[in-house]
Amino acid sequence: MSEELCHSTIADLSRLLDRGGVSAVELMRAVIARTKEVDGRVGAFNSFDEADALAQAAASDERRSRSRTAGSGAPGRPLEGIPIGLKDVIAVAGQPLTASSRMLEHFVSPYDATVTRKLRDAGAICWGRLNLDEFAMGSSTENSAFRTTSNPWDLERVPGGSSGGSAAAVAAGEAIAALGSDTGGSIRQPAALCNVVGMKPTYGRVSRYGLIAFASSLDQIGPFARSVEDAACLLSAISGHDRRDSTSVDLGVPDYGAGMAALAQSGRKWRLGIPKEYFGAGLDPEVGAAVQAAIDEYRRLGCEIREVSLPHTKYAVGAYYIIATAECSSNLARYDGVRYGHRSRDATDAIDIYFKTRAEGFGPEVKRRIILGTYVLSSGYYDAFYLRAQKVRTLIRRDFLEAYKDVDAIVTPTSPTPAFRKGEKAANPLAMYLNDIYTIGVNLAGLPGISIPCGFTRGGLPIGLQVIGQPFRETELLAVAAAYEKVTDWRMRRPPL
Amino acid sequence: MTYEAVIGLEVHVQLKTRSKMFTRVAAGYGHPENTLTDPVVLALPGTLPVMNKEALDKIVRAGLLLGCEIAPECKWDRKNYFYPDSPKNYQISQYDQPLCRGGFVEIELPGPARNIMGEHRRIALTRIHLEEDVGKLSHGEGASLVDFNRAGTPLMEIVSEPVIHSADEAFAYLTALKAVMIYGGISDCDMEKGQLRCDANISIRPAGDAALGTKVELKNLNSFSFVRDGIAHEVRRQVAVVGSGGKVVQETRDYDGQTGESKSLRSKEMAHDYRYFPDPDLMPVRVDEAWKESIRTGCPELPFDKQRRLQKEYGVPYTITSVLVPDRALSDFFEEAARLCGRPQAAGNWIANDLLRELGAAKLELAQSRVTPRHVAELVVLVETGAILSNAAKEVFIDMFQTGDLPDAVVARKGLRAETNPDELERWCSDAIAANPKSVADFKSGKESAINAFKGPVMRAAKGKADPKRVDETLRRLLAG
Repeated sequence: MSEELCHSTIADLSRLLDRGGVSAVELMRAVIARTKEVDGRVGAFNSFDEADALAQAAASDERRSRSRTAGSGAPGRPLEGIPIGLKDVIAVAGQPLTASSRMLEHFVSPYDATVTRKLRDAGAICWGRLNLDEFAMGSSTENSAFRTTSNPWDLERVPGGSSGGSAAAVAAGEAIAALGSDTGGSIRQPAALCNVVGMKPTYGRVSRYGLIAFASSLDQIGPFARSVEDAACLLSAISGHDRRDSTSVDLGVPDYGAGMAALAQSGRKWRLGIPKEYFGAGLDPEVGAAVQAAIDEYRRLGCEIREVSLPHTKYAVGAYYIIATAECSSNLARYDGVRYGHRSRDATDAIDIYFKTRAEGFGPEVKRRIILGTYVLSSGYYDAFYLRAQKVRTLIRRDFLEAYKDVDAIVTPTSPTPAFRKGEKAANPLAMYLNDIYTIGVNLAGLPGISIPCGFTRGGLPIGLQVIGQPFRETELLAVAAAYEKVTDWRMRRPPL
Repeated sequence: MTYEAVIGLEVHVQLKTRSKMFTRVAAGYGHPENTLTDPVVLALPGTLPVMNKEALDKIVRAGLLLGCEIAPECKWDRKNYFYPDSPKNYQISQYDQPLCRGGFVEIELPGPARNIMGEHRRIALTRIHLEEDVGKLSHGEGASLVDFNRAGTPLMEIVSEPVIHSADEAFAYLTALKAVMIYGGISDCDMEKGQLRCDANISIRPAGDAALGTKVELKNLNSFSFVRDGIAHEVRRQVAVVGSGGKVVQETRDYDGQTGESKSLRSKEMAHDYRYFPDPDLMPVRVDEAWKESIRTGCPELPFDKQRRLQKEYGVPYTITSVLVPDRALSDFFEEAARLCGRPQAAGNWIANDLLRELGAAKLELAQSRVTPRHVAELVVLVETGAILSNAAKEVFIDMFQTGDLPDAVVARKGLRAETNPDELERWCSDAIAANPKSVADFKSGKESAINAFKGPVMRAAKGKADPKRVDETLRRLLAG
């Protein structure tokens, strides 16, 4: 029963909680027990605060009982009492905020991120600090300063990254759903590798206030869940304009779940674009076959499948590693040991504090990117690198918008390969960077994208399907994803833990 | 050979806004260390900047007052450098698209004498942009401390063209710029509070040459007179270097106003690479015509325009306007008083002399003054109509400055009203003439000063409340009769 609860969807648990079939405290206890049972092997969490989680759950039960007494009889709010895991780059007041870095190992945030506050307002329980690649830089969680998270489907393999802890926790039943952040695929790629749903909203849809910045113009917070419906539910809760984030867009937030259901009801036949540039060399044959099978499934559902072209795709990885590193070199300058975080004990003066603190506090991948970003912004190189990369970015966005004249959504593999072995790519940064080849364009273009389970390799490793939508039209994107999810049962499979 | 100095000034002016540039926490001076902070000011992980509209309003107003071209869009860049007073280790600033371009500051050079207006010139501006201030470091024994209260305060950088040619011109430029900022309510420009800071770029060239010489940047000019002295010192230093066959080195120098000496801080090779790039956390803000127009409508008259108008409209002399105009509130006070009494010159004299003297002695600001324009106007009317005498008026002024009572009330309370009964005056005068035939004879024989002999007895009879002018008139009439 207890493990069953831990693998349920938000939708099912919400009904169960409403019926009184379980209390929020019982649910939280079950999740804590499951986490204690498996996290020694999975390593999804940097830390969790059991007492705080149970107190939040008790408060939720209190709210629910008060509204029952009030006799409204209305169904509870969908996230009331649901434990949601948070990637350890999202600020939670009074809890550690480490970015999986030595630099912030002992840092406790004095304030809530906007998404944290929104989750609390929706009655959800903020649960645990989930592991990631240090400062969200990586595709495997191997860059975490504390631990490498294991893929629940094969503990010898990585869960993907950078939000590997979030994906693994949801896959392993250590959280009902989770939030991650996606700068170049950091939600969608681990979702694909762990057989869960992961979504990156349109840039500006969700406030970044309280999200530790990696690359400000690309970062976006999004949900991990066990179904498209659950992802829609979380997205509705966290979206919206925020006065504290100038890049959040002042647009109304639809009820994504209801909108998606209405579209499914309408029986609309989607026009789906297949970009030929996403099916070339480097794509694992088993992944290619699974994605092809998913496209065939869409065809059977009556969707119109069209080949489209995104001609500037080949420049995406290059442009991304210029823009993302340039922004990170500046964003991470604040970690200097002066005001908070790690400070070298050996430093003798102000300059020495900078050198030693940053040498000790940052891991090799973070340093590599800071150095690269500093270089591309340097006087005399700015035009050749940063400015040109921004122009490429514009062309990539134009490619997508051009394609959307003919199609409603674009369907691609999420990741070129299934989960790889720990250490397999750790020594080769370029091979690691190419892991994001299908996800990066979406961030550069600021579009919404989702990864949903679409099969397994013969070796039993999950495969993800990426659906890319149009700016601020998440409802349609979710509906396209849900149409496939409804006729397949990949998401129901559980890892052999 | 004679050399010409070429000087460009970079002036930083803190904007007078309620909150900081990119967050809601209050801006202010003199608060306990690190109390004007929040997660954004301290650059805690995950925080983001959000622009302060009041700061944008104020820089647009500054730009309009100085005749600048206002950019259609306010765009932000990051200036990257590490320093412990900079919480993010980058400063949000404007690099290639400053909000204001061009424009000028009208200055007045020292005149041939203090009471004679000097020559006016226009100093062209290159640009004005908006940025955020940094914190303050203090260095003690074995430790340095940072106070972030100032960090994030809106700061305007005003860059002049290299068209200033002397220390006096630089001084006049700062004086005029400060007056415009105060008039516009843009900044209080209190240098002691760091609200105005000035760096100077200085070079010399043989007089008549068009090409610019190698420039030296002079920093830490902490007061207007340090600016003047520092520039004069640097020009002398450069002339001496070149005169002895040397070359001026491009560098940044630190001027010590106490010792009057400067020393090199860093050479050109040590210059920073700030790695400017557009700040991805902030969206450009459009400054449309309607917005600009609404700010233009609220713009005050410029100080020198006001001075010209006061001289023309009210006929007050330069000696008075040069005292009144630098202070917008004082000149407004004057206009109100002049309007109420219709005697601008007299009102101007009272304000420029008596009011400022009393305020100075009491160490008060104009806003704290109990004397209002109405007080001054009514006092002027009492004097002009002969209701009180000028000696008594001085006494009335000091009294009302202390009590805030209107002149009529002070006059009544102190019994200072001038004796104006003509019959009584006529009688006192006749009595005085009758009592002193010798002086009558002297006066009639042409000894003009003999008339004074009658005045003492008349004034004694009037207990001092007779108007000397009328006494004089009456005596002459009677003596002639």
